[in-house]
Amino acid sequence: MTGTLGEAERKPKLGPWLSELKPLEKIRGISAVLLPPLITIGLLLLLWQILCGQDGSSLPPPSKVLKDTSELIRDPFFDHGGTDVGLFWQILASLKRVGIGFSLAAVCGVALGVLIGQSSFAYRGLDPIFQVLRTVPPLAWLPISLAAFKDSNPSAIFVIFITAIWPIILNTAVGVRQIPQDYRNISRVLRLNGFEYFFKILLPASVPYMFTGLRIGVGLSWLAIVAAEMLVGGVGIGFFIWDGWNSSLLSEIILALIYVGIIGFLLDRAISFVGRLIAGRPI
Amino acid sequence: MHGYLTIEQVGKSFETAKGPFTALSDVSLAIEKGEFVSIIGHSGCGKSTLMNIVAGLSKPSTGAVLLDGAVVDEPGPDRAVVFQNHSLLPWLTAYANVRLAVDKVFGKTKTSAERDEWTRHNLALVHMDHALGKKPDELSGGMRQRVGIARALAMQPKILLLDEPFGALDALTRAHLQDTVMDIHRETKCTAVMITHDVDEAVLLSDRIVMMTNGPAATIGEICDVRLERPRRRLKAADTPEYARCRMQVLQFLYERHAKAA
Repeated sequence: MTGTLGEAERKPKLGPWLSELKPLEKIRGISAVLLPPLITIGLLLLLWQILCGQDGSSLPPPSKVLKDTSELIRDPFFDHGGTDVGLFWQILASLKRVGIGFSLAAVCGVALGVLIGQSSFAYRGLDPIFQVLRTVPPLAWLPISLAAFKDSNPSAIFVIFITAIWPIILNTAVGVRQIPQDYRNISRVLRLNGFEYFFKILLPASVPYMFTGLRIGVGLSWLAIVAAEMLVGGVGIGFFIWDGWNSSLLSEIILALIYVGIIGFLLDRAISFVGRLIAGRPI
Repeated sequence: MHGYLTIEQVGKSFETAKGPFTALSDVSLAIEKGEFVSIIGHSGCGKSTLMNIVAGLSKPSTGAVLLDGAVVDEPGPDRAVVFQNHSLLPWLTAYANVRLAVDKVFGKTKTSAERDEWTRHNLALVHMDHALGKKPDELSGGMRQRVGIARALAMQPKILLLDEPFGALDALTRAHLQDTVMDIHRETKCTAVMITHDVDEAVLLSDRIVMMTNGPAATIGEICDVRLERPRRRLKAADTPEYARCRMQVLQFLYERHAKAA
């Protein structure tokens, strides 16, 4: 344990207790984690089945959803041209838009956040504008961006960008402003130049705050993309839902909602995983 | 008055809402190479302000500080500071915290292997070679402060500035660290200025004790020469008349002539 700086030692230990336990205790440990959510999901499905299972109910019960969408679930990769493609492609199209818009927002948001965190002049100048603009609902930007870009795809990406950027800017700025004076003193005593200060002190000191912003940002983008795609059309999970409504395919809508929820959850986890990797500590 | 470190008629005032406030006025002090000087005074007497000026972290309103013939006007690794709250970077290991300073100061003059060696050497000097891979939050307060001292020593400073380095530690840990600092001072013959509010610490470690009057406009009230032979051993030293004399002089200064209403 001592004297070495091997990779293994730097990695955060994720649940070391599992490997130390005997098989029986291991099973007990796993079931203690998995059982409660399985029970609640089972109960909810049962309740749903009972409520919607009667004749004339306006929404389909889970059994019907499963039957109606079994083909969609089994083959997410079909491509019949146009917007008639499998759920994998629908989700991929949405993820692409989110990926581009969110990446742009991450780069610009972190840069602006560092700027207003470091310079009180920039803070006083920009913060009031940010505080007002961030309250504008995502979809309110859509008509303006449609007018500006004259195309649906860049408009949807712009909506993602403008939705995700505010929490990234504001959290990064808080992260930079909270850097203790001690760390600045250290960098002054060592005469770190701006570049070194940025990479050796500022970035690691504010990474947990940045990733809080990025997590909120990616969550908001995923919320916004579904709404934006309903309006702009084309391939994408948002338009798929809207199309399902127009064609009265309620089971397909419910399946899509479940997928949207799971993907949103995975996006959040992915960002927090990357943050932990970069910060080298839980965030 | 010229020494290795010369503080000449240094004063410091701050602008406050109630008009200018003079924290320090007319502080002059010369410190010889290899000397260990303590600055003691009640809290609020401007000793930290003085330390920040010597470190170059803040500028004096009047007067100047000279180190080895050059005017101090910005912080630099030739005046390494050990801060009270260690101020290690929490995302770096003990080794990496020291290595950052070593790389910055010796990046151009030493090879990577030499810098590795120098980093380990300084951590060994403070008895922290067993915890190179530990991050600050895995270390105790005393251990963190040891790493902070190693980082300062590793810069090979002309002068070591210790700003109440043991203030946040319990008495036993504090005694261990004082011994370590005495050993280091003997081995490296470094010049050191230490701020403290502990009379015994000042007497045990210092060649001279500088006593500050109370603010506002604090200045040097008295200087006590500690003529105890080195190397000093805690218990032996405490049993000498010289120790008792120095201790009494500082105590009388602090609690009779410059007593502070709590």
